[in-house]
Amino acid sequence: MIKFTNVFKAFPKGGLALKDVSFHVAKGEFAFLTGHSGAGKSTVMKLIYAEERPTSGEVRVSGYNVNEMRPREVPRLRRKLGIVFQDFRLLEDRTAEENVAFALEVTGARSSTIAARVMRVLTQVGLAAKAQAYPRELSGGEQQRVAIARALVNEPTVLLADEPTGNLDERATRGVFQLLRDINASGTAVVMATHDLDLVRQAPYRVIELQEGALVYDSAVDEARDQAAAP
Amino acid sequence: MNLTFREAILTFKRAPLLSVLSVTTIAFSLFVLGLFGLVVINLQDALHNVEERVEVVAYLLPGAPIEATAQALKDIEAFPEVQSATYVSEDDALARARAELVELRDVMQELERNPLPASIEVKLKPGFRDTDHVAAVAERMRGFGFVDDVRFGRDWVEKLDRLRGLAAAVGIVVGAAFAVVAIIIIGTTIRMAVLQRSREIAIMRLVGATDGFIRLPFLLQGAIKGLLGGMVAVGLSFAAFLLINRYLLQSAFFTQEQAVAIIAFGALIGLLGSTISVGRHLKRV
Ligand SMILES: Nc1ncnc2c1ncn2[C@@H]1O[C@H](COP(=O)(O)OP(=O)(O)O)[C@@H](O)[C@H]1O
Ligand SMILES: [Mg+2]
Repeated sequence: MIKFTNVFKAFPKGGLALKDVSFHVAKGEFAFLTGHSGAGKSTVMKLIYAEERPTSGEVRVSGYNVNEMRPREVPRLRRKLGIVFQDFRLLEDRTAEENVAFALEVTGARSSTIAARVMRVLTQVGLAAKAQAYPRELSGGEQQRVAIARALVNEPTVLLADEPTGNLDERATRGVFQLLRDINASGTAVVMATHDLDLVRQAPYRVIELQEGALVYDSAVDEARDQAAAP
Repeated sequence: MNLTFREAILTFKRAPLLSVLSVTTIAFSLFVLGLFGLVVINLQDALHNVEERVEVVAYLLPGAPIEATAQALKDIEAFPEVQSATYVSEDDALARARAELVELRDVMQELERNPLPASIEVKLKPGFRDTDHVAAVAERMRGFGFVDDVRFGRDWVEKLDRLRGLAAAVGIVVGAAFAVVAIIIIGTTIRMAVLQRSREIAIMRLVGATDGFIRLPFLLQGAIKGLLGGMVAVGLSFAAFLLINRYLLQSAFFTQEQAVAIIAFGALIGLLGSTISVGRHLKRV
């Protein structure tokens, strides 16, 4: 589903953001991407949604090879992904409903089906009652739910969440995290970047840890090795 | 498609001042172009009238045989450049001179002998009324044995040619200059629109909109602005035409096709300006 093989990423005006990173996330899996600020989490995300190309190594995402992808293939990949950010990225002059519908309209969905699909995901994230509200009328947690609904409306196989709780208080954080767990339970793979270790400890999920661009811990690999070493 | 159109229209709502400004500038550019166009078509009409009078006259030697003259007339009429050839006998020439030169009527009455030669007057078909063709026809007419001299007012035929060439050249230069200005203006407004909507564009990309889809509203918006500008320009030109007719001189206006062409040209300029601009600026968003 998502496979990094010996990935290096250097930015023109920065140092090495990723150094020899390899991991594999399977279909339906939930994986945390952890590490301090600047460790390279967002860079991993950008490589997954083909915003950036690896400097060397290989990135494969649901059948696409990001290294040699043609520009016009990028939109096709993104329609298979749902992407959520710390800052929500909603359009201020559109209601919750319109923000979600936007994602369908720009991908050329049939207009007769849009309203029903939008209501279904808004219900799923628990915001059906606030469909007509504008972002400024919603709390941070609610705005993030709208963003998640927008990410889900194209029925992605993978949900990418880059610090989705970074701007939220504790209560909203728990709510959004639970929502992501529910989404994963219904079959969608989730990759969640976070530096909130409390959150990571709450759930028995895969953990991939970056430090200054290097992968220093991967629970899938390290636990298997620990178990093999145990008597 | 529905969304594309809505997005294109939304820009007018979001930046009404900028939109009005860009439509106005395009309209003004095309209006100046339109005024120039009016001058050109009216000049063209005038030239056409003058051209109609372009003729080649072959004066015949006295006593040219009548059969040979008739045959020559047929031959000349068969030239590809020739519209009509008319035989003017010595008596016709004298009658015409008497009618046209009233002051000399008395002198003419007293003439013992008609001093005027017979001639063949040749009119050329439109499209052949320029120096080269006129000279070629004149040269061929000189070939007939009984032709004494051939005249065709070479000087003003050449002047006419030059004037027409100049009008076309100035028209093309001024037209191109204004088109470029309009394209730059449209490009700038599209640039602002792209920057203003950069957040939206970034989100469109994230959710998988194609570049073509993202581009379309901007192109449409440019074309609509060009179209509106073109219509305003035709309207202004018409107002100018009415004023000129009323206070200056009788003149001609664009034909329906020409007016449509100006509006289409506006749309084309708008499309071109936005195409050039949107490609460059979308990359930076
Ligand atoms: N576009 C860029 N140009 C230059 N350097 C960058 C760019 N994006 C990220 N970096 C650098 O790459 C490193 C990793 O950044 P990032 O992936 O955003 O970390 P994280 O998301 O874990 O905080 C940082 O040192 C950052 O400064
Ligand atoms: Mg980050």
